Parts: sequence; structure tokens; C-alpha cells
Amino acid sequence: MSQKTANAGPRVNLKLRRTLSAYVFMLPYLLFMLAFGIGPGVYAFLISFADFKKGVPQYFSAGFKNYITAFKDFRFAFTMGNIAEFLVVSVPLGIALVVVIALLLHMRPGRLASALRTVYFIPGAVTGPALLLLAIFMFSPAMSPFGFIQQALGYKDFDALIAPSRLPVIFTVIGFFSGAGMWIAIQYGALEGVSTEVLEAAKIDGCNSWQQALYIKFPLIRPYIIYQFILIFAGNVQLFVEPQLMGTTWIMANVPQQWAPNQLAYSFAFDLGNFGAAAAMSLLMLLIGLGAAYFVIRWTGFFDIKS
Amino acid sequence: MSERNLLLETAAAAMPRWKQFVRNLFRDLGPVGFFVRWAVLLVFALYFGLPLLWLLLAPSKDQFAIISLNPLAFGSWETVVKAWQNVNAYVHGEIWLWFGNSILYVAVSLAIGMAISIPAGYILAVARFRGRNLLLWLTLICMLLPQSAMVLPLFLELNIFHLVNTPWAVILPACFFPFGVYLAYVYYGSSLPTDLLDAARVDGCSEWALFRHIALPLAKPLLGLLAFISFNNNWNNFFGPYVMLNNDKLFNLPVGLQTMIAATSAIRPGFNTTPGMLKFQQADAAMAGLIMILPVVIVFLLSQRYVIGGAFTGSVKG
Repeated sequence: MSQKTANAGPRVNLKLRRTLSAYVFMLPYLLFMLAFGIGPGVYAFLISFADFKKGVPQYFSAGFKNYITAFKDFRFAFTMGNIAEFLVVSVPLGIALVVVIALLLHMRPGRLASALRTVYFIPGAVTGPALLLLAIFMFSPAMSPFGFIQQALGYKDFDALIAPSRLPVIFTVIGFFSGAGMWIAIQYGALEGVSTEVLEAAKIDGCNSWQQALYIKFPLIRPYIIYQFILIFAGNVQLFVEPQLMGTTWIMANVPQQWAPNQLAYSFAFDLGNFGAAAAMSLLMLLIGLGAAYFVIRWTGFFDIKS
Repeated sequence: MSERNLLLETAAAAMPRWKQFVRNLFRDLGPVGFFVRWAVLLVFALYFGLPLLWLLLAPSKDQFAIISLNPLAFGSWETVVKAWQNVNAYVHGEIWLWFGNSILYVAVSLAIGMAISIPAGYILAVARFRGRNLLLWLTLICMLLPQSAMVLPLFLELNIFHLVNTPWAVILPACFFPFGVYLAYVYYGSSLPTDLLDAARVDGCSEWALFRHIALPLAKPLLGLLAFISFNNNWNNFFGPYVMLNNDKLFNLPVGLQTMIAATSAIRPGFNTTPGMLKFQQADAAMAGLIMILPVVIVFLLSQRYVIGGAFTGSVKG
């Protein structure tokens, strides 16, 4: 908005028109956001203050009771400690590995690189019952293709391998298997967006592939890495599928029924019928994810328009 | 090419062929770098690939072969055929009905979701207007909302409009794609120069034409990627349909397969099958899993061209 016009009239009009058109572009998205994001979210907030003792919710009658119920539950500290441990392992490791893999792939784009990218991506399609089945077999030394490694490390069977102290690492391994491919594709796409002219110029100045990756490509894909951090962190706080699958009683693994906070939320809702406490628990997880996002966004100026 | 490169090429021409080959192989990675790169990439190829290979072979092995044979050995075609027949026998091939439902839900929510998200992400990246920051935060909050918090409100909301247990209960919430809005926002923010838009405006381009003729063509790699992510998310969408649908004729594949496997003894040793229900084995479950995964692989291979295509060669200085 640096160009100066002689009279102010048309300029104001132009500005108004641009603002108006911005809202028109946003409108459909806004409607969907209200209907399927903000609306239900606000309602969840209301539920967290509602009393469910009489079957029908009594809004606002519970005060902070639901929150107190959730925080005072004997499993609360346990699940929070578990998830903290899981975050410490999974977030830095997940992001670093994805970025390293994308950078390595992008050093020599070609058929081999794209074939490998496909191999990395496909596990993203393995979810739910298929992932469950696969994880059990992969962690059973007698049947797993990785069995020789597991046995060399001294783990004879599934039960020996799946010990509570190793769960953060095991969930990281399972989660990375099915989740990393999408992020590798995104980071690789981001690298594709790096201008070839800049890279050519660097090459002429004697910059080799490693230096290009470290000093040019890596800083340029920073916004995508921030985006990945925000989503991975918040998503991992809400870890559910892996511990839920491992914790079901029919596998004889010694995984507690409620290992993660999200499982506790489900337990409140579906075992105890306490939707208020479940909502309180869910909102707490949202708050943790949002806190991390807020910190990173303010720290990096992620929302500023590049001029 | 620069003078330096020319010099290098002349020097290279004087070398024996094998040396040239090796040079060409390593280029500027260096021999150590070359091997480190391949070692890392191959280790991860095994980590991601071996379980997939195992899954691909699993339908060929019955309960005994799966333990006695080498993990990566092929069992027998007979077992594969039997697994195929067992999967197809479940309620007279209901799996193909779910397959069709999945395609319908995915296609509709992908089309609507993309049409809504791309313009929104574009505007958030290039325009300044009141409420922009608020919208960015709200989008972020929506993305981070735990599903456990959303299930009940969404169900009640759709129930008011009598949409529960209809395809719309799955499709409409899936059209809301904040992830896509954000990725589009990041993409346009880092690769669409605002100067370019200003120049076009001076030339009398309307806001719609700017989007249609500059922003949209520029986003080709993004569109491919986003379409694929939307496809993958909705194809695997389990929880939404699980809560919203109770008519098995409307199920999508994940929910259908879940009920199919839960109704049998495939992964529950000692759990007796309902009388009259077929007896499901691991091989059958693996076959069902493969039927679900295969479309994703095919679509990925087809869309790969659009995702990397090379159509995008940075219009920005960086």
C-alpha cells in the first residue's frame, strides 16, 4: 500500500472494495467454521460447566465442579506425567527426523527420491484396526521382520518388549510410522517452492548441497516447520489411538487402561457418563496445545504479513 | 552456466569413464556425504516399508504359517483366495457398498472443502482487514480442538437438523478443513509476492481475476498436496461416521471394517464368533486392510505428478 494517489476519494473507495472482497472470499469458510468449529467448541465449553446428574444437562449449575472432578481424579497426575514424557520424546524427534528426511530427499530430486517418498507416505493410510494389527505383529519378535533386532536387544516376546517405561518411545515409533509421511510430503513441497534462482546463485558461489540445505533451504521452510510444531504438539497432547489399542484387555500387555489424558476424557464420558468432566479434560488439552502455539507464534512473528 | 562450471566440465571430459561416473554419482555431496545420505534414507525406507511388505504378504498366511514361516515369506495362493472369498462373503459383499460410500463421502467433502479453503487461505495471506488476526487464531483453535470435545456438540447440532444417520452427517463436518486454510495461508504467505498482486491491480485486474489467474495457477503443487491430504484424512475418517451413522448400509470403509473385524475372531483369540457368522482369520483381516489401503496408494501415485510436477519454479526471490 505504498503507492500514493493524488486525491483521497478513489483510494478510500478502492480500499473499501478490497476489504469487502476479502470478506466475500472468506464468507463460505466463515460459515463452515461457525457451524463445525467454533459453534461446537463453544458448546463444549458450556458443557464443561454443566451438571449431568439428572441425565439432561443443567447448564452453569456445576460451576467449576467438573474441572475439580477431573483434576482430582486419581489418574489425572499419572496421565499428565505420561503425556509429558511422550511429548519430550515425540515432538523434537518427530520434527527433526521429518525435516532431515525431506532435506536429504531434496538434495537429489529424481526417480529414486520420489519412490522413497512414496514408501514413506503410504503408511499414512494404515489406521485404526489395520494399524492395531500391524503394530502387534511388528512388536512380536517371533513374527516381526524386525524380530532379529528385538531379539538381539534381549527382548524375547511381546510382553517383554512392551514395558510401561518404554511406552513413550513405542508410541513415538508407531505414531511416526503412520504420521510422518504426510509431513515429509509437506516439507518436501515447501522445498520445491524454494526459488531455483537462489539455489543456482548459491551454487555458483561455491555452496555445496549440504551448505545449501543448512543455510538456504532450512531457513526458507521455517514457516512450515513452525506450522508442523504447532500441530504435532497439540496432536500429541491428544494422543489416543495408540494407548487405546495397546490397552485393550485382550492383548496381555501391561498397559494401563487410561494412559493418556484423552483416554481419561473418554473414560469420563463413556464409562462414567460425566460429559462435564470429559469436556473439562478436553478443554485442558486444548489449552496446553494452544499455549504452545501462542508461545511459538508470538516468538517467531508467524502471523505477520511478509512485505 | 558459469565459467567455473565450464572449467569443471572440461576437466571432467579428460578423465577416464569410471572416474567420471563416480564424480557424477557423488557430485558435491562428497563420498562420505553420499553414503550418509543413502544410509539414512534406506534405514527409513526399511522402517516404513517392511511393515507394509509384511502386510502385503499377510493374506497369504494362515494362523500357523504366520508363526512358522519367515516373516517376509509368501504363504500360499490358496489362503489368499480364501481370504478374498471370506471378505466378500461378509453380508453378501457389503464391503463394496462401504467402498462406494467412502468414495462418495471423500469426493464430495474434498471438492467442497477445497473450494472453501483455498480462497480463505489466500485472503488471509495477502489482505489486511479487520478481524484477520482473530480469524487466524480461531482457525488455529479449531484445528487444535480435541475430537473428544467435539463429538457430543456436533452430534446434537446435526440432530437438530435431522441429519444424523444420513451421508450429510459425515460429509458436512468434513468440508470444514482448517488445516487446508492454514497450509494455503503459509504457502501464499511465503511464495506469493504482494508486489506481483499490486502490479496486476494497477493494470486493472479485479480481485477475483487476481485469484483466478495469478494465485490459483501458482498454487498447483499446493492443490495436489492438499487434495491428497483431504482425501487421505476423509478416507480414514473413523470417528465421525462411527458416531453419526448407525445404519450399516451407510458406513464408510473404516467403520465397516471395524464392525466386520469386531464381529469375528480375527484379532480376538478365544472370542467366540456369533453362530452363523463366518470365522475370520488374520489373513482375512489383513486382506480387508489391504482393500482399504490400496486406493490411497493408487491415488498417491497418480497425484504425485501434480504434487511435485515441477510446475512451480519459485516466482519469488525467497
